[in-house]
Amino acid sequence: MAKKLRKPKLPMPPLPPQALAPAPPPGTQRGRPQTPLEHAGEAGKSVVDWVDERTSLSGAARWLMFRKVPKGTNWFYSLGSATMFAFLAQAVTGVFLAMYYRPDGSGGAYESIRYISTSVFLGNFVRGMHRWGATVMVVLVFLHMGRTFVFGAYKYPRELNWVIGVVLLILTMVMGFTGYLLPLDERSYWATVVGININGTAPFLGPYLSDFLRGGAEFNATTLPRFYAIHMLIVPGAIAAMIGAHLYLVAKLGTSAPPWVRAKPDRDLAEEPA
Amino acid sequence: MAPTRRQTKSKYTVDRGMPGAFEGETVTRRRFMTGTAHGAGMLMAAGITLPALAFAIGPIFKNVTLGWQTIGYPDDFPNNDYVPVVITTSPGIGEAGKSTVYVRARDPQVDKTPPNQYNRWVAITSRCSHLGCSVLWVDAAERFICPCHGSVFDLEGVRVSGPAPRPLDRFYTRLFDGYVQVGPRYSVNSELRIFSPRDPGEPLDGIGQYLYPSRPSVRKL
Repeated sequence: MAKKLRKPKLPMPPLPPQALAPAPPPGTQRGRPQTPLEHAGEAGKSVVDWVDERTSLSGAARWLMFRKVPKGTNWFYSLGSATMFAFLAQAVTGVFLAMYYRPDGSGGAYESIRYISTSVFLGNFVRGMHRWGATVMVVLVFLHMGRTFVFGAYKYPRELNWVIGVVLLILTMVMGFTGYLLPLDERSYWATVVGININGTAPFLGPYLSDFLRGGAEFNATTLPRFYAIHMLIVPGAIAAMIGAHLYLVAKLGTSAPPWVRAKPDRDLAEEPA
Repeated sequence: MAPTRRQTKSKYTVDRGMPGAFEGETVTRRRFMTGTAHGAGMLMAAGITLPALAFAIGPIFKNVTLGWQTIGYPDDFPNNDYVPVVITTSPGIGEAGKSTVYVRARDPQVDKTPPNQYNRWVAITSRCSHLGCSVLWVDAAERFICPCHGSVFDLEGVRVSGPAPRPLDRFYTRLFDGYVQVGPRYSVNSELRIFSPRDPGEPLDGIGQYLYPSRPSVRKL
């Protein structure tokens, strides 16, 4: 009665015969280009070859991208990449918002945000992407962290990558905190006042940390530029560097299999039965 | 030592048979040059990094004292009710640099602290001592109430209930040329003892004053 289940096979899509022809094996002479499209393709290939001959970047790219992944790898493994793309989206929209934003505490900041939201072409859209993208990034960071924890992917030899990930989590929180002030409306002003005072409740160093964040004992004219510099220069640079280290370790150590996938030991390495 | 490991050289130049070596010399010319190059590099890096760092953390050490601001005539302030006045705490940033202060005349029946020239009027900040939201003087209840986390303070600004760790901060006041003036801020503990200004959230009773030390950026008068 146990009928063997067949994996369903998708039908072949109707592709043109050129696409179905096997690619020429690497290292063989490419045919002479005939059409203008082929000429353009050859030009592109020779540029890439020129760069690769002088940098050997293709080896690094292959090392980074074409890795072996364990059995059982599933969609949960994409949360880290999703977080990185959320960061890249924040970086791109942030750079363009900086073209219109004015870190002026006497009301210019609020006016510039109002100008972006109401007058700039697609301004509200780009600002909306940055504003909601921040929330998306924080959510993704936590989902990624939860995946790593539940799958036990933080265990030896990946502990250092967990530590780097925690640093990235803290930096993401700093981004959220410093970015919240920038519109300089009532909500961001009071949230910043309260946030700085929470920082200040750390014993001994807290009061000095508050003074550092405000640039003085009271919220003053330098507070907003200070937050802006931290938000758009210091922390994004640190996050980019940390993502580099995080990715290097992922490529170097490989990803771990889900906990429910049991590794089959090699027959040569298996222990002899006693 | 493993036999394959290379024999380490003696640290004395004499033992290594270097020309010009003298007794007890350990620094070779190569080592001296390497050290000099590294030292010069570090010096130059420090020459850029340290001033930039000091530039960023400089405000921690800069004392900014709030000047005296005229708020009205002595008759403007009764001794049984607070009058809100707006003072500038940070110049040059408009509304964001302004703060409300509640002022009343000193009432010897209520205020038991010894009188002096700086407390003839009681000026209490609207900045909640919990996390810095704006407290509101509610006349009917004779209480300061914070909308954020529900701290309640009495007529003297002493905490009645809620999460605030100390009474509301005060400002020095004085009579100047027939006008009432408000001066620098100071913090008080629950016995109304005067301390240099602390940020909200920092207790001043018990060991609080040592856990949250006075800062160079603000001092008491």
